[in-house]
Amino acid sequence: MFDFFHNIHIDWLGRRKIFIFISVAIMLAGLVSTIGRELTPGGTDAFNMGVDFRGGTVVVAKFKGERPSEDQIRTALNQAGVGDPVIQASTDKADEVLIKIPLVENTAAPAADNPEGAVDQVAITQQVQAGRQTVKGALDTFGKEAEGEATLDSAPDATYKIVGTDSVGAVAGSKLRNQAVTATLLGCVGILLFIAFRYDWTYAAGAVIAVFHDVLMVLAFFSIFQWEVNLTVIAAILTIVGFSVNDSIVIFDRVRENLNLHRSKSLFDITNEAINQTLSRTIITAGLVLLSILALVVFGGEVLRSFSLALLVGVTLGTYSTVAIATPIAIWWQDKLGAAKFKDKTAKSPSGQKIASASRRSVTRRPATR
Amino acid sequence: MSNTSLWIRTGLILAITLAGLYLVVGPRRVPTAADFTWEGIKNNLAENINLGLDLKGGSQLVMRVKTEEYLKRLTENNEVAALNAAKEAKDEAGNPLPATDASFVAEPGNYQVRLNVSDTSKNDAIVAAVNKKVDFTNWSQSTSGNSIVWTLPTQAQSRLKDQATEQAFKIIESRINAYGVKEPTLQRQGSSDSGLILLQMPGVDNPERVKTLVGSTSRLELMKIISPPNPSPVQTYPTREAALASIGGKESETRKVLPYVEREDATTQNATTKPPPRFVVVESPAVVDGSELRDAAALQGRGGASEYQITFQFKPAGAQKFGDWTGKNIGNYMAVVLNDEVKSAAYIRSQIFDSGEISGRFTKEQADDLALTLKSGALPAAIEYQEERTVGPSLGADSIRAGVSASIGGLVLVVLFMLVYYRGSGINAIVALVLNMILTMAALVSFGSTLTLPGIAGLILGIGMAVDSNVLIFERIREELRLGLTVPKAIDTGFDLAFITIIDTHITTIISSLILYVTGSGPIRGFAVTLILGLLINLFTAVFVSRTIFNWLLHRNPNMQKLSI
Repeated sequence: MFDFFHNIHIDWLGRRKIFIFISVAIMLAGLVSTIGRELTPGGTDAFNMGVDFRGGTVVVAKFKGERPSEDQIRTALNQAGVGDPVIQASTDKADEVLIKIPLVENTAAPAADNPEGAVDQVAITQQVQAGRQTVKGALDTFGKEAEGEATLDSAPDATYKIVGTDSVGAVAGSKLRNQAVTATLLGCVGILLFIAFRYDWTYAAGAVIAVFHDVLMVLAFFSIFQWEVNLTVIAAILTIVGFSVNDSIVIFDRVRENLNLHRSKSLFDITNEAINQTLSRTIITAGLVLLSILALVVFGGEVLRSFSLALLVGVTLGTYSTVAIATPIAIWWQDKLGAAKFKDKTAKSPSGQKIASASRRSVTRRPATR
Repeated sequence: MSNTSLWIRTGLILAITLAGLYLVVGPRRVPTAADFTWEGIKNNLAENINLGLDLKGGSQLVMRVKTEEYLKRLTENNEVAALNAAKEAKDEAGNPLPATDASFVAEPGNYQVRLNVSDTSKNDAIVAAVNKKVDFTNWSQSTSGNSIVWTLPTQAQSRLKDQATEQAFKIIESRINAYGVKEPTLQRQGSSDSGLILLQMPGVDNPERVKTLVGSTSRLELMKIISPPNPSPVQTYPTREAALASIGGKESETRKVLPYVEREDATTQNATTKPPPRFVVVESPAVVDGSELRDAAALQGRGGASEYQITFQFKPAGAQKFGDWTGKNIGNYMAVVLNDEVKSAAYIRSQIFDSGEISGRFTKEQADDLALTLKSGALPAAIEYQEERTVGPSLGADSIRAGVSASIGGLVLVVLFMLVYYRGSGINAIVALVLNMILTMAALVSFGSTLTLPGIAGLILGIGMAVDSNVLIFERIREELRLGLTVPKAIDTGFDLAFITIIDTHITTIISSLILYVTGSGPIRGFAVTLILGLLINLFTAVFVSRTIFNWLLHRNPNMQKLSI
């Protein structure tokens, strides 16, 4: 029987300061990255926001045979009046190119019959109408597009075809983002209430703080490495939240169980033991999930890149934060309530009285099997 | 466990598996031999699973009905109507009521009509007279100083916005259907007064024409042109200023200046070759408008193949109104106004009752679209596009292929690991895992849910948690074995203890997913649905099915000493 992780006695809680130091360091790096980038004039933004959130147009064009070089496309776009295009040659397909242009500037003064001066609204409509046209106009300098139903094969004189467009007004994107944030926060409230009901408020707090920790860390990574933040990242973050909470509950569950078995041990020891007991499960599950995600990162293609990177970072951190953040916070708080000696792990609590009073309720739940 | 209950459990599992399999790969008709070939299975699978636009290819438009414009027009019309009603009415003694003038406020959130009076003692009579003629039912009325004020309460604003959006929704629906988009999805989005409408069109990869068609307001009005009657030619002005000068410098309640584009030439579409517009002065309000239309059709004009015109017929009431008016105005000029642009100016030769035409040298496509939009009625307010996404079918196929092959690759790795690490019990886990995937797909199919990219994310998390459940159970059984329990006891305890953890993790995630589903929209919902389904099914596969397999092992060898785990 393969068995790597039993009989492990690591003092996890004793190392909490190191863990918290690491977390805080990464978060500070993220903070420095966001603020620094925001303050540097002419530099990059805090986040590399995709068109989903910033508004703008993405066009994927497929060329017949060799595609023009990125510089050629950039020159063509510049001549068409697009100031700051992003051009990404597809890494896995030699004939495709992805062109991103920001919101088309609406240089014309707001129309006279628009007394509200709703410049934003005008800009959105303009963008959604004009984005594709602008890029098409620029690309037409390389040859004709296979329009409508025609494909590159069926239209002999065409040199390229636009195979995908995304035009988003900035308002729609931010609406979706806000909605996702609200939904996730409400979801966290649900998690908080349920864990509080099944375990204890302190556990609930620990789990939810760990969730925030994970999301913030993922955002820090996205800022530092300037990975693109788009809609799929929201899906990834939702997944990470689920994963992080799942992990925390597994350990909490074990702590709860052990509390009933070893009433004489300190909460501190019991928790360490619970983490060590579930360590094999933690490592195997996280490892397997990471394995699948790694496959997604390597073979998933450009469209899924942000999604798979977010998951990769998030799942790793979700596993780490369970041990490093969720459990120490829960136990620290329990300890405050129960006034047990947290630092001195050798100090045995005389009885179950040291267990925080708030957790009494959960103590009564025990499987009947043993 | 008793023999019968084991058989019942096994039968139940087999029945559910078969039903699930059939839902996923079976046809929705009497199966034929072809359905059991690899090709047949693939076709059925493609037919059963509803792929989202991001995976299948197509266009998605999010549009917003400018409801504030609708409320503004409503306020404006009510103001004119209220003033007219107040001025026309007489008190009991037959004296005119003391209404002097009116004004309105129309800004987002605040819509007001203000009627100024010179003598407040007659207010009741004025209000009664106005309410008789003008629909102020949703408005709240008050008096402030020398004026009577009607305000549209916030609730009524929301209700009217909702109504306007609903009306626009119906009109867009009829336009889309008449245009012949295959399997379009049209949905309201956001809160009821947000005015957002989502349109999805699978397979459409250049939505420009649909956009123009859907968004065209096509407000048709027939108006009287202020001009000396025939035989002198219709009075036009070269500039807007000149036209304005003829009516005293600015537009009034009854006089408006509109551009008149003479004969758009269908053969030269370029904007540069269009003749510069001229301007005419028309009488407001219109004689009849598009809401009175019964039918409209495109018709080939006299000019030949490329020249089309539109004929229209009125409903009885509109025909009566139009007939009365044309009878009184023989010899005068009438403007056919489309979206505040005069399309043609015709002189009224005789009384016309029920039909008319718009000439203007349209192309066939333009004329068809115009007739269609006229027939479906005018949108209550203009539409703006907030979002447009087009995924070419090839791009969608690419991303699905990449995602699917990566997922399968990942799954193969997981399966290999489970087999190596848990040996015999690994098979158990794999059975549960495969069953989980089949049943999740079956659930998606039977709920008619659409699978999108975020949905696949939910699927991945679901599968991750399914693997986790198995790992939890197995690790627990191993632990119990190490403590010296017998195999049957270890399996029992392992399942029981792990089950508590599994149920807690699953319920937590289901709760948060339900909240995501309720508060989120579109992509977030897709994620939540697949995740919730995956987790519910996992409780069945990872616990019930897996347990049954272990029970079979124990049943065949009750005194098992060593478990392959």
